Formats: sequence, structure tokens, C-alpha cells
Amino acid sequence: MSIDTQTAAKVAKLARIKVEEDALPALANEFNTILGFIEQLNEVDVDGVEPMTSVTPMRLKRREDVVTDGGMQDKILANAPDAREGFFAVPKVVE
Amino acid sequence: MTDLNKLSLAEARDKLRAKDVTSVELTEACLAAIDKADALNAFVHKTPEIALQQAKAADARLAQGNAPSMCGLPVGIKDLFCTKGVPSQAASRILEGFTPEYESTVSGNLFNAGSVMLGKLNMDEFAMGSSNETSCYGNAVNPWRRGDDDTALTPGGSSGGSASAVAADLCLAATGTDTGGSIRQPAAFTGTVGIKPTYGRCSRWGVVAFASSLDQAGPMTKTVRDAAIMLETMCGHDAKDSTSADIPVPDFESMLTGDIKGKKIGIPKEYHMDGIPAEIDKLWEDGRAMLKDAGAEIVDISLPHTKYALPAYYVIAPAEASSNLARYDGVRYGHRAKLEAGDGITEMYEKTRAEGFGAEVQRRVMIGTYVLSAGFYDAYYNRARRVRTLIKKDFDDVFAAGIDAILTPATPSAAFGLGEMTDADPVKMYLNDVFTVTVNLAGLPGISVPTGLDAQGLPLGLQLIGRPWEEGDLLNTAYALEKAAGFVAKPGKWW
Repeated sequence: MSIDTQTAAKVAKLARIKVEEDALPALANEFNTILGFIEQLNEVDVDGVEPMTSVTPMRLKRREDVVTDGGMQDKILANAPDAREGFFAVPKVVE
Repeated sequence: MTDLNKLSLAEARDKLRAKDVTSVELTEACLAAIDKADALNAFVHKTPEIALQQAKAADARLAQGNAPSMCGLPVGIKDLFCTKGVPSQAASRILEGFTPEYESTVSGNLFNAGSVMLGKLNMDEFAMGSSNETSCYGNAVNPWRRGDDDTALTPGGSSGGSASAVAADLCLAATGTDTGGSIRQPAAFTGTVGIKPTYGRCSRWGVVAFASSLDQAGPMTKTVRDAAIMLETMCGHDAKDSTSADIPVPDFESMLTGDIKGKKIGIPKEYHMDGIPAEIDKLWEDGRAMLKDAGAEIVDISLPHTKYALPAYYVIAPAEASSNLARYDGVRYGHRAKLEAGDGITEMYEKTRAEGFGAEVQRRVMIGTYVLSAGFYDAYYNRARRVRTLIKKDFDDVFAAGIDAILTPATPSAAFGLGEMTDADPVKMYLNDVFTVTVNLAGLPGISVPTGLDAQGLPLGLQLIGRPWEEGDLLNTAYALEKAAGFVAKPGKWW
């Protein structure tokens, strides 16, 4: 499986990272190097092997479904690049 | 008293308890050493006011008696840990200006025990790297040099600043994190000790996430005893991390007897790799002999899927990273790109992330995006998770056969020069983690212990891998190895 510049552009778009047109060939090249390395995994017989979901066999803990924290709007907004009137502010979205 | 910054944690603790020294004195010695070591670029945010305030409080607590082991001991904190009111940016431009409103559980555990924070330590951006060269703060530099050659060497990565600071006696110890070898490889490159505990021992809450199923925090110290002392304080169950283990944390230090008679030490044949320098093989040989002399039984073992650990890692880690790093969108914290007229929210995301993430982080986020995308999820991501199951089974099998610990080299080379790998393809850099990454995939504890010097006078380390949750036993084996190796070399001061 080889990645062309078109696929590289699509991946960049999916990842929401702006990549300039002229940088795409080099990026596609790097992807191919890394994916070439990953291709080794095809040598392994994984028939009947379960994909790992948790490295230590443990049951996730459960608790009452109740609010345990909150009421700290000022702290939540303290690091926002743009916060107004108690909200995060973003560019206008028109769909 | 001079050179207090050169003490180990254990020595300093004993002096504090004997009232030979105060925490303020220890802290001032470290702060002075830090101020003279800007050439190492290890501390990237210095916090002298916090340090002195904590030191005074620690002295008051020590005066009352019964203070915990870590009380009054000055340490450095990797920039990956969120520290309340102190910049925490994972060495990334995208978190520029981020000042957490909360404290990570691990750093909180240390401060609750009375430890003193000297500042934040350099690292690879988002812990992605093996040389500390992807940091937005610039390279951290290894205090070690090749003899009289003044080439600047890497302290390793991603916990490069932590390793450099501990090796150069800027702090008594430091926190690190390890996703594929980021504690153990820098420890080996700097002649220090680093342990990654079993997955789940240390809470991940408040540690900037890279690959959540692999990330673990751990101490980077001058001795194995110090690793035992500091690890115990860092560990413990935390309801805020659903993968945090709810099991008791033993007194690791009391388990350091140095007696390893009858312990079975496995030597995995797959770790004999082509192209590894003869010096590394010799180091490994010597390590076997040391453990054997100490009474352990050396057993040849096989971990057949070792070869596939790195490729599996380079699917799983980027996949998790692409998901974890989706949160950096320029909305809630950190950097937001300047927008042009007409730019909408998608342009804001794309420009912010292009400006904020460095090249290696962008590469890994995009690789992760690709392997998780429709049509490739099964071929890459699910296959890698299946291979991970097999890698863990390799270890389960040898432990079931009675092996107590596994001895391997920690790194395939000594520290290399900063910039030497710039033109290499990314995969070449990834090979640094060839001996360490299996341990993360299997969730096991692993420790790097300095055991020798190479022909150029650079430190080399061996790795011991233990059974899950048996850090105490692993530390004891490491302690026996440390005693036998008698590694006492320190870098000559040039900075």
C-alpha cells in the first residue's frame, strides 16, 4: 500500500492539520517509510487472537451516576484563548 | 556545607532526619546549581519561590517528626505533568501559556509528602522522541561528553531534561514518563536509574496524555534505593484514573536486601540483534555474570514476537495519540492561530494545529489518523492490537515457567550527538526503543541500571524486566546488579 500526495492531503485534512501543497510529496514519502516498517506485522499469524483491549485484566470500577464535581466556570475558562460572557468564543459557524 | 545537591535522596533524607541539614539548605544548593547550568537546558520553567516556600513548610514538618521519606527533598518535574499555577506545556508550542488550575495526582502525591518542586524539566514534544530534539524549548544537553570531545550529546528522550538534571546534580531526583522507553533510555544515556512501573501503578490523571494504554510515570534517580523511595510516594490508587490499580503499594525500600539467591533471570535470545555494537553485547554478558555471581540462576529464554513490538507500537501509539491530541483545537487552552477575514472554524483548527504542533507530532498524529481511518482500521490498528496480545503472551509464558526477571540491554548504543540523526529517516530514531518498547506493550515494570562505560567514556545501562506488580522484587534484583556493577562515574563538569 503506497500513499500518494492525494492520500496525504486527505489524511492531513482528517487530522485537521494544514499542510501546504508543496510539503505533501515529502509527507507522503515519510508516511510510506513508516508504513513500510509497519507492514512487517503482516508476517504474524494472528488468526484467532483477540485484539488487546486492556493490558492488565481489570474490571473498570463503577460508581453512582451522580455529579461529583463542577461549579468552576472561571477555572474552566481561565486558559481559553478567547472567552466571553462565560463561554468559549470561536469564529462564526454557518452551515 | 557544600555540594548538598550531589546527595542521593536516601542520604539527604537521613541528614534531614538527623537535623544535619535543612530542606531550605538542600533546596538552595539545587537552585544555585540550576542557575549555573543553563547550558544543559534541562530546567525550562524554574520555580524558586515555590521551592523555598515548600522547603520551609517541609522543615517545619520535619521538626515535628514522623515526616514521610520524600519530605523536604528537592526534585524536578517533567513538563508533561500538570502543576497548579505553573506552566505545563508538554514542550509544545500548542500549550504555550497554559497554566493548569489543578495538580496531577503524581506530582500532588510528591508534594503532599513534602517534596520540593525546583521547576519543570525539558522533554520531547508530547513525549514523542528519543533525543529531546523535538522540544519547543530547544534541545536538552547531556552532561556527559565523549572524553575531551566537546560535541553536545543527547540526554535521550523523551525524559531528556529529567535525565540531564539528575545526572548533573541539579536536583536530587526527577519525575519522568515512559510510553516506549522514555524513562529507561534517557537513564541509560546519562548513567542514572529509571523505573517504569507496572501499567496502573501510577495515576495518569493530570499527565498530558500521549498513548493512554502505554503511558506510565516513574522516578529518575541517582540510585536504585532512591528509585524505590520515590516510586512508593508516586504510586497509589486514584479514582480519577479508571486504569489506576486499587492494590496496596508495598514499602519498596524495605525489600532491598540485595539477596537474589535462587532467582531465575531470563536472557531472551531475540534481544541479540544484528548491528548492535560489541560493547553492548559485552555489557550484557557482564551483567549476566554479575547476577550469576550474586547467586541467581541464568536461564536462556525466548520471546518470539519481539521483532514485531516496534512496528506494533508505531501503530498503537500514534493511533492513541491522534485521538488524545484531538483536544488541541485552539478553543479551550493554549495557542490559537491568528485568523484571516473569512476563516471559519475548520481553518482555525487546521492553522492552530499546523502552527502549534512540531514536525514529529504532526507526523504521528497523521499516521494515527491514517491507521484508524475507514478501510485501514482492521488491517493496521486491529492487527497491531492482536500482535500486542501475542507479545504480552510471550512474557506471560516465561513468567509462568518460573522466570523472576529478564535481563536485556537498555539501549542499542550510548548517547549520540545532537543533530546526528537529523537526516536519518524517522524509523532509524524509533530503533532507540527496540529493547524497551516491549515492556510498555505488555504493561510490565522495567528498570534501567547503569553498569558500565563505553570506550569513549559514556555510560551504558542494562534493563531488568519484572513480573506485573512485583516492582519490589524487581528493584531488589536491580539493587543486586547495581552493587555488583559498582558504577560510580560522574560526568566531568563543563557547564
